[in-house]
Amino acid sequence: MNVVVVAWGGDGKEPAAAAKEVLGGARRLADRTGGQVIAGALGPAAQAARGMIAHGADRVFTVEHEALDGSDADACVEAAEAVCRQAGEGLVLLAGDGLGWEVAPRLAHRLRAGLVTDCVSVSVDGERAVMTKPVYGGKAMARFAVRTGTQVALMRLRAMEPIEPDPDRTGEVEPLGFSPKTAGRVRVVERKHEEHEGRVRLEDARVVVSGGRGLGGPEPFRQLEELADLLGGAVGASLAAVDAGWISPQHQVGQTGKSVAPDVYIAVGISGASQHVAGMSGSRTIVAINKDPDAPIFRVAHLGAVGDYKEILPAFTAELRRLKGEPG
Amino acid sequence: MVIGPFDLNALEVAVRLKERYGAQVTALTLGSGKAKDALRRALAMGADAAVLVDDGQMAPKEPSVATRALAAAVRKLGGLDLVLCGRQSGEWDFGQVGALLAEELGMPFVPFVPRLEASGDGWRLEREVEGGLLVVDVSGPCVASITNATDNQPRLPKVKDIMMANRKPIQVWGPVELGLGEEDVGEAANRLEVLELFIPEVKSECEFVEGDDGAAKGAALARKLWDRKVI
Ligand SMILES: Cc1cc2nc3c(=O)[nH]c(=O)nc-3n(C[C@H](O)[C@H](O)[C@H](O)COP(=O)(O)OP(=O)(O)OC[C@H]3O[C@@H](n4cnc5c(N)ncnc54)[C@H](O)[C@@H]3O)c2cc1C
Repeated sequence: MNVVVVAWGGDGKEPAAAAKEVLGGARRLADRTGGQVIAGALGPAAQAARGMIAHGADRVFTVEHEALDGSDADACVEAAEAVCRQAGEGLVLLAGDGLGWEVAPRLAHRLRAGLVTDCVSVSVDGERAVMTKPVYGGKAMARFAVRTGTQVALMRLRAMEPIEPDPDRTGEVEPLGFSPKTAGRVRVVERKHEEHEGRVRLEDARVVVSGGRGLGGPEPFRQLEELADLLGGAVGASLAAVDAGWISPQHQVGQTGKSVAPDVYIAVGISGASQHVAGMSGSRTIVAINKDPDAPIFRVAHLGAVGDYKEILPAFTAELRRLKGEPG
Repeated sequence: MVIGPFDLNALEVAVRLKERYGAQVTALTLGSGKAKDALRRALAMGADAAVLVDDGQMAPKEPSVATRALAAAVRKLGGLDLVLCGRQSGEWDFGQVGALLAEELGMPFVPFVPRLEASGDGWRLEREVEGGLLVVDVSGPCVASITNATDNQPRLPKVKDIMMANRKPIQVWGPVELGLGEEDVGEAANRLEVLELFIPEVKSECEFVEGDDGAAKGAALARKLWDRKVI
């Protein structure tokens, strides 16, 4: 089975980290089925076409156009479609970053292909791919097969692993002609950067203290801020807490919020739904405080305390303050 | 103007646009008879009309099928300037409806929009992105998915509006009214097959702290974290 990987982003020298992962996964699947890995490199990623071969691609179609800088999803969808049509039927793997979530449904629609989003693994059964993804907020997993010839899987970030790059791997690089018809339908007129109230940016923070619906209201977020300030970190939140209006949306961590990978992530009153975990599973040490011993957050956590945060959190903060030698 | 899969923040944005520019707001949703309650709420909040796409004769097991039915209803309504939908609509939606509606209708799509206004022959929208906001312009109609913001919290309808809403008709359209066949929205239209649903085996590496009460656990948790030398 041929596996198609469409990649974007990167620094213009190397493929983006997410692209390397998906290429690695594609290489393993292609080897198992005697197929090829056919890659598409859009915009700045085209400069890294050789790097994509080193990371497992057999053929790379490069598509270059000013609209492919990552800000115009319409152009990216068109370019991805051009690559897939050139590559022929097969399994299409895309990285589930922000642009991936925008491109995948529309690409699948144009290719009349079945799509499975948020996949954590893909295996092959005969001529069809089998995709596994979390459902019901991470409480269960589902395995899907796609009935169409072309099958699209949007991979969760870090679900696949890159292969050891081999600069001596050989492959072809072919530029594709491209003149987008729908580029520029959505025009960027201004960029606004968010204010940070003097705190560290959530994405850059080495420690993130996040709260969820279990906090029960907006006031307990003050306690999280206090802990974050003590550790020099930032405050995050689940979608449920944001939706309840307890904290502003720029704090949301997860699939539709921010992706963070701090040294320490502290989740308080967060159940650990797959969409939340998608934005924080790369954290080095994950600490969870939750009153439900079966909460899915404990599956990704390294340290856990089961109980009411109202009792646990003040003692936790006080003890850390003591250990750090700061006055209480 | 039309609301896609039902969402209160999206509806609030629509009603404010109506108050500002004098538009016609139609609330549209896909579901069973139970979804009528949500549509009544939409009418009470200020929607002018409500349409239920009745999925009783359909098998919308995945977003592409659900969206095809919604898009057919949007086309039947016709003459619209803007389609707003919520950010998510249930477990099997996978966050795709907005993007797919845009494809079906041949319109551009702007996701994660907290607010927007009319501009030229189209719209000026804010869109949330990593690290801030983008302001974008679109000519002509578009599809936008609305995220919640402090300035689009759904209003609470007054009793009078609720009573009025209960008297307004809700149109109900099935596949026949929408000109959709089995191949469009029936079982066969689904491209995915669920092979298996299972509860994953928990391979948790989590080390749980012990303690007589919450305070003891909190202090023990702090010491464990400290011992790991990560903070
Ligand atoms: C398309 C889509 C995108 C999404 N994107 C995101 C996203 O980006 N980010 C995100 O976070 N979610 C996202 N979600 C939502 C996600 O599925 C969950 O609904 C959400 O993460 C749940 O938030 P929560 O854990 O705070 O709430 P809940 O699931 O309600 O969990 C609350 C937890 O608090 C615990 N608790 C209650 N009281 C206490 C107490 N006193 N002390 C200790 N613990 C207590 C409970 O045991 C429970 O585990 C998305 C969903 C969809 C469908």
